Amino acid sequence: MVNNRVCCSPETGAVFPLLQVDGLVTAFDTEKGCVNAVDGASFSMAPGTTLGIVGESGCGKSVTALSIMGLLPRPSGRIVSGHIVFDGKDLPTLSPKEMQAIRGRRMSMIFQEPMTALNPVQRIGSQINEIYAIHFPGMTKKQRTRGAVTMLSQVGIAEPSMVMNNYPHQLSGGMRQRVMIAMALASSPDILIADEPTTALDVTVQAQILELIKELQGKMGMSVMLITHDLGVIAENCDDAVVMYGGRVVERAGVKDLFKNPFHPYTKGLISSIPGLAEKPKSLLPTIKGRVPSLDKMPLGCRFSNRCPHVMDICHTTPPPETLVGVSRGHFASCYLPGESRD
Amino acid sequence: MTDSRKHDQANGAVETSLDSGNILSVSGLTKHFPVRGGIFLGQTGVVHAVDDVSFSIKKGETLGLVGESGCGKTTLGRCVMGLYPPTAGKVFLHGKNMALENSRQMKSMRLQMQMIFQDPFESLNARHTVGEILREKYIIHGKKRVGTDQEIKTLLERVGLSGDDIHRFPHEFSGGQRQRIGIARAISLNPRVVICDEPVSALDVSVQSQILNLMVTLQREMGLTYLFISHDLAVVKHVSDRIAVMYLGKIVEFTTARALYKHPYHPYTRALLSAIPLPDPLARKQRIILKGEVPSPETPPPGCRFHTRCPHVMDICSTKEPKLKPLKVQGSPHLTACHLYF
Ligand SMILES: Nc1ncnc2c1ncn2[C@@H]1O[C@H](COP(=O)(O)OP(=O)(O)O)[C@@H](O)[C@H]1O
Ligand SMILES: Nc1ncnc2c1ncn2[C@@H]1O[C@H](COP(=O)(O)OP(=O)(O)O)[C@@H](O)[C@H]1O
Ligand code: SF4
Ligand SMILES: [Mg+2]
Ligand SMILES: [Mg+2]
Repeated sequence: MVNNRVCCSPETGAVFPLLQVDGLVTAFDTEKGCVNAVDGASFSMAPGTTLGIVGESGCGKSVTALSIMGLLPRPSGRIVSGHIVFDGKDLPTLSPKEMQAIRGRRMSMIFQEPMTALNPVQRIGSQINEIYAIHFPGMTKKQRTRGAVTMLSQVGIAEPSMVMNNYPHQLSGGMRQRVMIAMALASSPDILIADEPTTALDVTVQAQILELIKELQGKMGMSVMLITHDLGVIAENCDDAVVMYGGRVVERAGVKDLFKNPFHPYTKGLISSIPGLAEKPKSLLPTIKGRVPSLDKMPLGCRFSNRCPHVMDICHTTPPPETLVGVSRGHFASCYLPGESRD
Repeated sequence: MTDSRKHDQANGAVETSLDSGNILSVSGLTKHFPVRGGIFLGQTGVVHAVDDVSFSIKKGETLGLVGESGCGKTTLGRCVMGLYPPTAGKVFLHGKNMALENSRQMKSMRLQMQMIFQDPFESLNARHTVGEILREKYIIHGKKRVGTDQEIKTLLERVGLSGDDIHRFPHEFSGGQRQRIGIARAISLNPRVVICDEPVSALDVSVQSQILNLMVTLQREMGLTYLFISHDLAVVKHVSDRIAVMYLGKIVEFTTARALYKHPYHPYTRALLSAIPLPDPLARKQRIILKGEVPSPETPPPGCRFHTRCPHVMDICSTKEPKLKPLKVQGSPHLTACHLYF
């Protein structure tokens, strides 16, 4: 399997982003009216890198991923505006058929609960076989089986032939996650979107799975979008990170920069409210007051304004532009607080 | 297992229940669940959920109990609460064997122990208002007097809710607020010991820190003693004075929070610590990736239960069970169950 990626400009050698999301707004029709679950999200992914998307539950991480994959529930969900440019194409403008050629082939997604993606009444082997059949119609049955065995052993399954004959429920949570990764990577995609892939797993198994994704990324050269609520997972596994709050990207930066020099009050609050291993037992943790409002009750201006310790008048009335503050190169925050430097 | 062996292990493990500073002691606690199957639903096996666990907790102390899912934490908590009859072993409250007390004494002793659950919603009656839930609590425990509205409002404010919330239903609250109601319910009768089973595991970090702070504050104000159960070692480390690490129904390491973090001895504790993702991209740490997953508690591995995944496994580990014994170290007692050290 060969990937033809044209990511580098032959003249300048500059790296183009593999995926660029620009001003994404995704809305749902609900009983309470139409709400923007994602309300302005921009970021890009360079080839071969890992981009983390972090934020607390309900902040729009999964909806962002589903928007990119063209998997929004219909008819309630739709992309209202914005661009998702992949391989020179603006994905929201593609026909369902064109999108199908990309989804699962060039971009794959794995989920927190593998059972949602696996067919419970079909053997693992036949499910992987099907993926090859869809994306590589030229393959013979024998090639497909060989491919499936190779893929399963690549994800660290010791007895692939046996697992091929298993049904999903016969496997442990960690094994199911491995199978799902094998299925997602069978087509050798350019991008793997992993939506909370380890949230349901024990911490020692989480460590195994994250290590596996890293290893396969190195081998196959894909980019990974790692969605998680866990800042620790971001710090240890990502090159760049996007922090979301209430459907908006509030900060984005290289990971080292983000943790060393967080700018947005939400990012700061989030980082400091994690119980650390080194501090004194039973000390009081810094907190962010209140909680995330529901989508229909979001504040008008900055969506964090009702919880922000630094809130100013303008914060209540006008949403700050996504990249209002340029903290440093590639580091932006959406906040009215004065930045140290703007470029 | 003979009684004398169990007793030995219990003594080796912790100060006994006679120590007056201890409010709660558990000795040789074991809980096996029968596994039924086959056509006649006969017993086909047994789940070794908790096996020969001993510890005691001092007044005002927080004992953290940490381990991955299925290692027996909830079962242990429920046995201590008296919600499950233990297969073997004893639970002492104020030095009194809970099983030997007559039922009236036991009832009043039970009131001194309360529990907080992971999912407060499941444990709250959805059709009752918060006021009814908290008032109901007073009645269930046979207290002569029903909680007054004023008492309940004060209680709500104490846990960071508003007095007006008394008329609202559980579904009108967020996860964090529901946990506050769960806490209000647990402290309403002024308990001595609170068993907290994954109290913040379902919450987002910013809410988690609020609830942890509330629990720490209430402990200080009310002199509460906590048995704090969680799969999250970072959280346990934050709230606990001492920590017991469990693996497949057994305590494998037991010492102060500080010592556990600074000098973990058991290979499982080390792996668990190294697996916690740290929110610091520059942190350099030794990463230990364990092989495989936790084996089934129906067929725990012989010898050391961790030997199938242990990076330091030796011949003896698969045949002889390592006992939980004190290491010869300076400072606070530090117990571990591993052949590497004895
Ligand atoms: N199918 C849907 N219909 C209506 N609202 C939805 C739907 N899916 C998600 N949402 C809402 O969109 C917001 C973002 O959800 P999501 O992206 O799943 O958050 P998370 O960051 O936890 O992945 C939430 O408020 C959620 O309730
Ligand atoms: N009521 C029960 N009947 C049978 N098995 C049980 C019961 N409760 C728990 N178990 C089993 O006992 C073991 C320990 O479970 P539990 O105490 O819930 O672990 P933890 O709380 O550490 O995740 C698991 O294997 C679980 O399946
Ligand atoms: S007793 Fe053996 S197998 Fe068990 S933890 Fe120690 S070294 Fe590892
Ligand atoms: Mg999600
Ligand atoms: Mg449990």
